[in-house]
Amino acid sequence: MKKTGGLRLSRRVAKRVEEIRPSGIRKFFDLVIGREDVISLGVGEPDFPVPWRIREEMIYSLEKGYTSYTSNLGLPELREGIAEYYTRFGVKALPEQVLITSGVSEGVDLAIRTLIEPGDVALIPEPCYVSYKPLVEICGGEAVTIPTVPDFKLTYERLMEYADGKAKILVLNYPANPTGVSYSKKELEEIADAVNELDLIVLSDEIYAELTYTGRHVSIASLNGMEDRVVIFNGFSKAFAMTGMRVGYVIAPPDIFAGMLKIHQYCMLCAPITGQIGAIEALRSLDEVDRMRAEYMRRRNFVAKKLGEILELKRPDGTFYAFPKISSTGMSSEEFAEGLLMKKNVAVVPGNAFGECGEGYVRLAFAVKFDKLKEAIERIKEFVEEYGEG
Amino acid sequence: MESLEIEVLKLLEENGRMSVEEMAEVLALPTERVEEIIRKLEENGVILKYKAIVDWEKVHEDFVYALINVKVSLTRERGYDDIAKRIAKFPEVHAVRLVSGEYDFQVVIKGKSLKDVAFFVAEKISTIPEVRDTFTHFVLRTYKEEGVNLFSDEEDRRLAFVP
Repeated sequence: MKKTGGLRLSRRVAKRVEEIRPSGIRKFFDLVIGREDVISLGVGEPDFPVPWRIREEMIYSLEKGYTSYTSNLGLPELREGIAEYYTRFGVKALPEQVLITSGVSEGVDLAIRTLIEPGDVALIPEPCYVSYKPLVEICGGEAVTIPTVPDFKLTYERLMEYADGKAKILVLNYPANPTGVSYSKKELEEIADAVNELDLIVLSDEIYAELTYTGRHVSIASLNGMEDRVVIFNGFSKAFAMTGMRVGYVIAPPDIFAGMLKIHQYCMLCAPITGQIGAIEALRSLDEVDRMRAEYMRRRNFVAKKLGEILELKRPDGTFYAFPKISSTGMSSEEFAEGLLMKKNVAVVPGNAFGECGEGYVRLAFAVKFDKLKEAIERIKEFVEEYGEG
Repeated sequence: MESLEIEVLKLLEENGRMSVEEMAEVLALPTERVEEIIRKLEENGVILKYKAIVDWEKVHEDFVYALINVKVSLTRERGYDDIAKRIAKFPEVHAVRLVSGEYDFQVVIKGKSLKDVAFFVAEKISTIPEVRDTFTHFVLRTYKEEGVNLFSDEEDRRLAFVP
């Protein structure tokens, strides 16, 4: 058998892929293995299982033999349901504008591949979710990050600093992973002004929209003049606790939609049918969302209060994340996260995993049962008192 | 009744021993405000005793209860336990008991209206393949209730880190 055709290992993988930095979380996986009694606040997914009535529909669909591909676009009933559902965030979309994807992850990938040509610039406010930057870079685009510490908010002024005409897209995620920050309608209108002036396309990742505790989520696509500029991403993973089902969706202007559909039909074909059927039932089960949101909100209040007594913390507007500043302890993000895991068996994600300006912070997810959350915050308090400076 | 009082009741129904301080924390209220709310609820007889059994009728949050007698047919693959669990996992279902006599299961359903419950039975219980017959009896007054699943077959299988 021939081995590698004489190519050195380093030359087998495409350069643009080689250059992607590995995830900062990787080494923590190794550290956590074999440890007993670890409370993980490092999990970016709900602690609730898929609501039973949704699971029941999926089980039933399997019994009836719904196991085929669907249309590339997704099940018509689901697309119609989503178009209607999204009016709650102010958007009047046609079912024809809705594409069902395998989670938001696929949707974001499709949009970036559709829009970015080599050399194109994508503006990405940081700290942010880990996938945007690598996906832009795989396409040969340039990911220009906008640091938003210490308030984690994109503003008109911050965006206008990039008025050199080079940027093509802006990736906006709110409520935001990892900071929990969201925007009011007024704040979005200011961002929209800058988007218009800079002639940008907005990729709006609204996966945490339902988990908004301060006011109500407004989609930037609902603002005047924005409908042709915004690609909306959302899905069923967070609000409906359906992470493993892999169902998300995109609402996009026709030209961008057509481009994304081309890639989607070759790379994914369709989202899993079982998940799509579950998603149809999910849209009939909004009271399940209310129940879970209420529980997250209690935890959010608890964390904001108790953790706020120990560390500097911006109260999250949404999501199930808190992003406290830990630099007062004299430790780096990674030192803090590693120390907390080794000494107190609490897992959190170092803030620099979400961009350079996340250094000095850690992300903790309050997607754990309340008793565990209480215990974890107690342990963090002990850790800061025992190992922190001052 | 104002929504803050409802929030406190929900917490106590879940955990009658939750401290006032903790309640204040999860509701983002001053401790004194929570104490005042609880005292008022006690005085008004809304909180009957500290297993935190809440008299929802007193706060005009009426629910409809129904007892459903269910007849099923068993197969080699599906025993009583399988069918019972399948029924029990619906949040609308308050209790499920295997009983002797003419029927197999007694199911207690909690809903917002007669219509709610009737549709639920028609759409979700009667449609389970093993279910042969259902007989619905609406509850006029409830004297005792439990409301907790007595089995658990699910655990946290999530990875320790997810970005």
